[in-house]
Amino acid sequence: MITKINHVSIFVLNQDTAHDFYINKLGFKVHTDVSMGPGKRWLTVCAPEQPDLEITLMAIDEGMMFKKEEAEIMRGLVRAGTFGFAVFECNDLLATYEELKAKGVVFTKPPTKEFYAFEALFKDDSGNWFSLGEKK
Amino acid sequence: MANMHEDIFPKIYFYRRLVQAKLFIDSHFDEPINLDTIADEACFSKFHFIRIFKKIYQQTPHQYLTRVRLEKAKTLLQSHIPVAEACYACGFESISSFTTLFKKNTGLTPADYRRQQLHLKADRQLKPLKYIPACFAEKNGWVQNSNF
Repeated sequence: MITKINHVSIFVLNQDTAHDFYINKLGFKVHTDVSMGPGKRWLTVCAPEQPDLEITLMAIDEGMMFKKEEAEIMRGLVRAGTFGFAVFECNDLLATYEELKAKGVVFTKPPTKEFYAFEALFKDDSGNWFSLGEKK
Repeated sequence: MANMHEDIFPKIYFYRRLVQAKLFIDSHFDEPINLDTIADEACFSKFHFIRIFKKIYQQTPHQYLTRVRLEKAKTLLQSHIPVAEACYACGFESISSFTTLFKKNTGLTPADYRRQQLHLKADRQLKPLKYIPACFAEKNGWVQNSNF
């Protein structure tokens, strides 16, 4: 039986700027950051209170994973905000919203009381969007 | 929707001041700041400030400041920096109190923590495939005998 998730991936346009976004803006921590040869990097980060779930910031490059045209399509989709990869949680949504906004994070929806939750939506520097909600 | 906004947005001004104080701690942790400085920064009385900070962040401003300093120290100690230098660079005033707090927080002395982190870092550089799920490594063409 499956018991937990230990890795998830987020496709990013640029690993350097994604590193800055997830570490310096969201406050995540680097788990593993190693060079895998020229222009290749394995970069994973973790939410501060979830050190055993590694989020892989996966570059969309031509190579084994993507052919050239597939990488172009994928980059376009990410840039256009097609993908919503996760729901993040915080203790206080208004405080976190104000803090992230002050750090330059772009919100596409301010904190709003929906029937299912009190949530806000924000984008990372690539265009991936995320829901941010309060711990229940 | 209108009622929702009325509920939320007057609070925003209050939250902005509180967040301003938290960000002040985040950017001045290495200076000799105290509660008065932080409360002044957010235009709160000291007592009120402690109460609301604890309500929102589940810790007092002082506990938060100590936590930020310890986290920064942990980051610094992932390099070859001397323990004393890390201590003072994070705003701690004495090596003994820093060591005590650090050990209480991590279970290791700063020197042991640095040794552990440097070992881990070297291992990750030397044997990166130990830390990458095989399916991802294979998909990227990273195999055991690659010259990374």
